[in-house]
Amino acid sequence: MLDVKTYNNPIKVTWCPGCGDYGILNAVKSALAQLEIHPHEVLFFSGIGCGSKLPDYMNANAFTTIHGRSLPIAMGAKLANPALHVICITGDGDGYGIGGNHFINILRRNPHIVHIAENNMVYGLTKGQYAPTSERGFVTSTTPEGSIEIAFNPLTTAINGGATMVARGFSGDPKHLAKLIMAAIQHHGYSLVDVLQPCVIYNKVNTYDYYRERVYKLEEAGHDPTNRDAAMARAHEWGEKIPIGIFYQVSGEPTYEDQVPALKAGPVATRPLAPLGAQQADALRREFF
Amino acid sequence: MAKHVNDMTIRLAGEAGQGVESGGAGFAQALSHGGLWLHNFSEYMSRIRGGLNFFQIRVSDHPLWSHTEGVHILVAFSPDAVTDYGPHIVRGGALLFDDTLKFDHDAVTRRGTQLYGMPLAKIAQDIGGNKIMMNTCALGALAGIVEYPFEFVADVIKKNFARKGDEVVQGNLKVAEEGYRVGREKYAAPFDWKVAPLAARPDRMLINGNQALSVGAIAAGCRFMAGYPMTPASSILEFMASHAKKYDIVVKQTEDEIAAICGVIGAGYAGARAMTATSGGGFSLMAEALGLAGMAEVPIVIVEAQRPGPSTGMPTKTEQGDLLFALFASQGEFPRIVLAPGTQEECFHTAVRAFNLAEKWQCPVIIMTDFYLTTMMRPLLPSELPIEKVTIDRGELLTPEELDRLPGPYLRYKDTPTGISPRALPGHAKAVHQACSDEHDEYGHFEDEDSANRLRMAGKRMRKFHNIVEDLRGPTIYGPERAELTLMGWGSSYGAMREAVDLLNARGTRANLLHFVDIWPFPDAKAAPLIEAARELVAVESNQTGQFAHLVRAMTGRRADRLVLRWDGRPMSPEYILTKLEEAKVHA
Repeated sequence: MLDVKTYNNPIKVTWCPGCGDYGILNAVKSALAQLEIHPHEVLFFSGIGCGSKLPDYMNANAFTTIHGRSLPIAMGAKLANPALHVICITGDGDGYGIGGNHFINILRRNPHIVHIAENNMVYGLTKGQYAPTSERGFVTSTTPEGSIEIAFNPLTTAINGGATMVARGFSGDPKHLAKLIMAAIQHHGYSLVDVLQPCVIYNKVNTYDYYRERVYKLEEAGHDPTNRDAAMARAHEWGEKIPIGIFYQVSGEPTYEDQVPALKAGPVATRPLAPLGAQQADALRREFF
Repeated sequence: MAKHVNDMTIRLAGEAGQGVESGGAGFAQALSHGGLWLHNFSEYMSRIRGGLNFFQIRVSDHPLWSHTEGVHILVAFSPDAVTDYGPHIVRGGALLFDDTLKFDHDAVTRRGTQLYGMPLAKIAQDIGGNKIMMNTCALGALAGIVEYPFEFVADVIKKNFARKGDEVVQGNLKVAEEGYRVGREKYAAPFDWKVAPLAARPDRMLINGNQALSVGAIAAGCRFMAGYPMTPASSILEFMASHAKKYDIVVKQTEDEIAAICGVIGAGYAGARAMTATSGGGFSLMAEALGLAGMAEVPIVIVEAQRPGPSTGMPTKTEQGDLLFALFASQGEFPRIVLAPGTQEECFHTAVRAFNLAEKWQCPVIIMTDFYLTTMMRPLLPSELPIEKVTIDRGELLTPEELDRLPGPYLRYKDTPTGISPRALPGHAKAVHQACSDEHDEYGHFEDEDSANRLRMAGKRMRKFHNIVEDLRGPTIYGPERAELTLMGWGSSYGAMREAVDLLNARGTRANLLHFVDIWPFPDAKAAPLIEAARELVAVESNQTGQFAHLVRAMTGRRADRLVLRWDGRPMSPEYILTKLEEAKVHA
């Protein structure tokens, strides 16, 4: 186990006191430390939103990108250098709203990428508008009469879309969350870790207490994560009881990068570059005679 | 006696699926093997079957740079081909067609066109056993009519059908031979244009713009390509996909163009030479991420194969209407490089340069082409595609050994005199760093919008912009110095301008040409003296507003005296330029 402080950096954290993102940051650091992944061996991508600042608060490779686009950027990096651990941090608006098209498409590609979605069911950074995951009736500055839409369910979408690992954590239980993140990093394929993350300023409904009263752990409830139908049923549960843990995980599926011929000889990103030899050059020219 | 030898234009036209493209390309090969100089281009509609496509071959005994208006023989496989392209046939020219094709014969002959009907399908069926060979029959007939030796056609048939087996080869050969015999017997005498092989027949390649760009990218060590199909850029994605395995390239078709450029940014950041190719609509979707590459200083290459806009516009026609958009797309100010090759050779070299410039200056490089250039094809000698001799310059990229010796912490965005911050790839213990779309400090961390930091970092980035221009080239000059008339253009209109200059000089007007490949940052110091020296400056562009002329005026203060603009979706031609100049009474 590495010292968790390995991942500390001197940057001042700007999240609100009590923000659910602190728990996620601690869980991420703890998972990396327990798996002994050094800061240079991991590459974080994030978009825009409160939670997307997370990689900036860590000593690790990171690329803070633009709103909604971290998944395809992470995909490009993973395909260029599969040797790196790639972790994508999105919010709910970032990952499921503006980035929704990328979300449903990465599910069926199965790259070895960990997708941690900080799901606070509200837009925090832009000061309190409703989000794709906001529950129907949720009152915000842009839904003064309450949201008319039903909430987006990332878990059923992910299971249905072909994800090979789907989990949900709670930022009020960082130890449990760290275990989920460790399992996700070790999972050979795409993994979604949706995190219930209270926003203490703009979400007065889905609070720490709200979740503490409702969450239960799937692994303590006899759930079999290899059973897709059972996983779907659990993913639909929301109300008096809210499950957390690994909903679905299938092993043995090849990753996208496993199946790309150009990657058989190792990462293309780190391969030396030199002009083609005379034979290869001739072969290329011969195509046009 | 034939009136014209080795100076004609052949057009094959028909529906998608009728073998217009493959037949045309095959005939062009047969001509090229006879040492002839060619200029080919094609148009295709966005249809899987039906529609109207053409493949055009201009043939000569000297190097050609452009197509010209007017067709000497049209081989029509569909009634629409006759209706739409019949009027392009010059007086005394001919229409070759299957004699069962239904169209208004009088309308064609009224224009002075000869009708060359032949039982193409019947010959194919009777001799080859399959009507599908009717285009082979037409190519045989065409060779017979222009009295081009059959052996060149036979060689191409043998080569191109070899993989389909001997039976197919023999069938096509017999059909072509009969087509040749009938065509020559019936129509060689009345047809005034002939093609004869030249004495010198070096091996030359026939390559179009998209192929030359793709070959350049492979030569430059492109290791990652992502794209979303869009006419006329799709064939780059297809070419790279078909060569991915052999040349170690990760090629990914994505869910949209946003994901395409984002994938390229991710791969470029991780250290792979990466590119995408699209047209204006897709480039519009890429605009936000383009700025990310600028801010985070990630080297990427984008090919923007233009077609007429706005919006969906004319998807299978040509235009140079996206220039100023490419120069200024995305919010804020950041360095980018815009290059616009005009020929196949320039497509190849520009692709190589684009990857080098992107890595040296750590910024996006946009290569502007257009529909015309993507399909335009000329013969090149192997030495004109020096694949194995390209220079690969990765700029200030720290090696693992240099990183090992790094005395202090690694600063990804180090403020330097050139503005270039030495790059390190993620994965090395001494190179742990952050990259960021927000304004950031030298480490790459967010700065809370601090004024001094902003000035420093924005200044660092723009210092690159001011230094890039030293690596860029001024315009190429063609024609005599001290001309009374100077044509000025960029990108694919090079050939039409060059031939227009030749025609003007032959007619006694001293004319020359300034052609720009390197457009942005505008190579002011190299270009301004040449532009200022022009007596009568004529901007030639395939767009409606004279975008490059605007740019030149903004950068040099010189206003073009005349604009020759074309925006009907058809490519610039030498005749079009001369006609517009005559209309403006610019030259004597």
